[in-house]
Amino acid sequence: MSADGVDLKKRRMLTAATSVVGAIGAGYVVYPFLAAWAPSERAKAAGAPVEADISKLESGQMLRVKWRGKPVWIVHRTEENLKDLSALEGTLADPKSELPQQPGYCQNPTRSIKEKYLVAVGICTHLGCSPTYRPDVGAADLGGDAWRGGFSCPCHGSKFDLAGRVYAGAPAPSNLEIPPHQYLSDTLILVSEDGGAA
Amino acid sequence: MKKLILAFLLAAAPVLGMAAGGNVQLDDANIDLTDKESLQRGAKLFMNYCLSCHSAKYQRYNRMARDLDMTEDEVKQNLMFTTDKIGDTMNIAMDPEDAAAWFGAAPPDLSVITRARGVDWVYTYLRGFEPDESRPFGVNNKVFPDVGMPHVLWKLQKDQAVEKFDSDMRDLTAFMAYVGEPIAVERKRIGTYVLIFIAIFFVLSYLLKKEYWKDVPKH
Amino acid sequence: MNAMKNFVGWIDDRFPLTKVWNEHLAEYYAPKNFNFWYFFGSLAMLVLVIQILTGVWLAMSYKPDAELAFGSVEFIMRDVDWGWLIRYMHSTGASAFFVVVYLHMFRGLMYGSYRKPRELLWIIGVLVYLAMMATAFMGYLLPWGQMSYWGAQVIVNLFSAVPWIGPELGVWIRGDYVISDATLNRFFALHFLLPFILVALVFVHIVALHKVGSNNPDGIEIKKGPKGNRWSDSAPADGIPFHPYYSVKDIAGVAGFLFLFSVVVFFAPEMGGFFIEHPNFEPANPLKTPEHIAPVWYFTPFYAILRAVPSIAGSAFPAVVAMFASILIMFFLPWLDRSPVKSIRYKGALYKTMLWLFVIDFIVLGYLGVKPIADHYKLMAQIGTIYYFAFFLLMPIYSKMDKTKPVPERVTK
Repeated sequence: MSADGVDLKKRRMLTAATSVVGAIGAGYVVYPFLAAWAPSERAKAAGAPVEADISKLESGQMLRVKWRGKPVWIVHRTEENLKDLSALEGTLADPKSELPQQPGYCQNPTRSIKEKYLVAVGICTHLGCSPTYRPDVGAADLGGDAWRGGFSCPCHGSKFDLAGRVYAGAPAPSNLEIPPHQYLSDTLILVSEDGGAA
Repeated sequence: MKKLILAFLLAAAPVLGMAAGGNVQLDDANIDLTDKESLQRGAKLFMNYCLSCHSAKYQRYNRMARDLDMTEDEVKQNLMFTTDKIGDTMNIAMDPEDAAAWFGAAPPDLSVITRARGVDWVYTYLRGFEPDESRPFGVNNKVFPDVGMPHVLWKLQKDQAVEKFDSDMRDLTAFMAYVGEPIAVERKRIGTYVLIFIAIFFVLSYLLKKEYWKDVPKH
Repeated sequence: MNAMKNFVGWIDDRFPLTKVWNEHLAEYYAPKNFNFWYFFGSLAMLVLVIQILTGVWLAMSYKPDAELAFGSVEFIMRDVDWGWLIRYMHSTGASAFFVVVYLHMFRGLMYGSYRKPRELLWIIGVLVYLAMMATAFMGYLLPWGQMSYWGAQVIVNLFSAVPWIGPELGVWIRGDYVISDATLNRFFALHFLLPFILVALVFVHIVALHKVGSNNPDGIEIKKGPKGNRWSDSAPADGIPFHPYYSVKDIAGVAGFLFLFSVVVFFAPEMGGFFIEHPNFEPANPLKTPEHIAPVWYFTPFYAILRAVPSIAGSAFPAVVAMFASILIMFFLPWLDRSPVKSIRYKGALYKTMLWLFVIDFIVLGYLGVKPIADHYKLMAQIGTIYYFAFFLLMPIYSKMDKTKPVPERVTK
């Protein structure tokens, strides 16, 4: 291409300006399409804070509620269970709950706000199955006397104790997640993203 | 050639202006979707007078709170009668089959009624109830003959001056128009920026074209 | 710079990248005298891309189920972030597609772009148009409003008018005795499939175009003229490289189009009830027909023809035949025009009059197609229908009788 009488500088400048503005425009066009994949208002409404009434939850029982489509367990632990928790520490992968699998206010030996009640997301940290509640101490299929009650994942056999802590050597890499939650009263728990400190 | 296209567009204008009105002259609703106070008053009327029989099942309470500058607590306390979840849509407890038995037809959902009928129609309809002994509820409507709906607003109409009732109905119509398309005001706001942006891009690309076309011999 | 060259070299050894770029863009010589009417081909492709992109995104939240479809559209409009924008782009895009394609077709009519050697190019174009109509028709059912439902009801019943097999044919298309969930579901599947066939047809359309080269407002074959221009000694003298000259020109055209498109999307998405019809905000109700039903504006000229033809011997079939014939007749256009010149610029008053009357006729038919049935409208539609067919069928006669002007050797500005 011959360049006689062509103001190359102006041409380059205009090409650059048009390209830059065009690229910004393309970015603005792409954004709504990406944003459309965010949870919809319906999904957010379904993921709204959930209240759980534990006034009828007796010692040793478990209650399930749904929060953001996921099962949240509330377990009323017995005195016996609580004693076992400290005894089990040697067999667990993360007994001190050092991985950030719980809000700060639950990083304690029972992984809970109130000692008696465990509130945990019932999704195995391995590949997302929901473990089974196995409170039966000494269950033969789970190791006999060594089993002090907890949860066992049907998919790949990960085992958790009654504080949701994973046993060492299980496929699951970390303890069960403790969702942010708070006590609205002695018998009413609110599971919610902005659960705040207890 | 460009002039011709313009001429065609102008010729099409009367067609575009055509509206579904039937035979009755519709009154101009003259609503203002940016008047949040009017919309809030309309919301209150809607919740009290409409939402027991009619749903607005695509409209969420929390969206309304956000769009109309109300707090969620205000909405919960003053405007929510059928649910306690702020993220819920405006549903009703009435069973459509019972409703059909009572009124002859199930009261329609009102989410997009202003888009189906037009705001002027809704405004005229709300103010168009007239006594008619031959009808089951003793009223008929001038824009919707033999309507199944009773005149639930009669107390408002009876106890107030005409101007006040008309302004109430304007608020109510405005709220329904908001519910019809909650994004409408925001859409135009964004649109203005989009047009400015494209105009800038057009100028640049036009200059670029002119610059390159200097190469092209005229004959 | 060298690394870039090596990379392109690596590709070129395996894929004809540079070759395709040169043959179809940088060294594709298009006549230099394209005017305003030559924007609409590239704009049609842009709209096709917009439709596919927004359409796929809508499909992510849409539910092709008679119980859920209407609600899922409102869900997109309210609960999906920016769903309203994507939906309005799609609904506006449907109409914009037809606006742009009608102007593109009219360009072809004016400048004789269907004449030898571009007959096949024109035929592929008509196929593109047919595929568009099918896609638009099926897509229109999806919002499952009253207009969607009854519009589909009327059009599917056209097939029921076919003698003997008609009723069974209608039931087969619907998969039910009325338009129903089964119909909605299959229309959704086809509405998703057809655009990809459309893309394939557009590709073939462009392959054919690049084989014969673009026509121009003078209807002169630049390939037959003298050779040699500032870019190449062997290129047609009146040709310029498509890239960068027409690519930058088309970008400006795209910006202009997007401005108008955005005016509609952001400020008048319903376009006064023409792009999104008011009765479509009422959910489909098989028990109640809206007072006045009409197809979307881009189908109304053909709908007017359908209504203009009376039933003969108790059968609506002739009317249906007339409607389909009015579209299919376009295939024969390359052989109907017997004028010695291609472009309207060198045709005589007779042909020009016929063409402009045809444009007015098409618009009048479109207007009549949205009006309710009335006797005087019916008479107008009948006259319009007769003229519509006369324009095509009498063309071999009047295009030959027409007094043409001499065509210059080289393109004019």
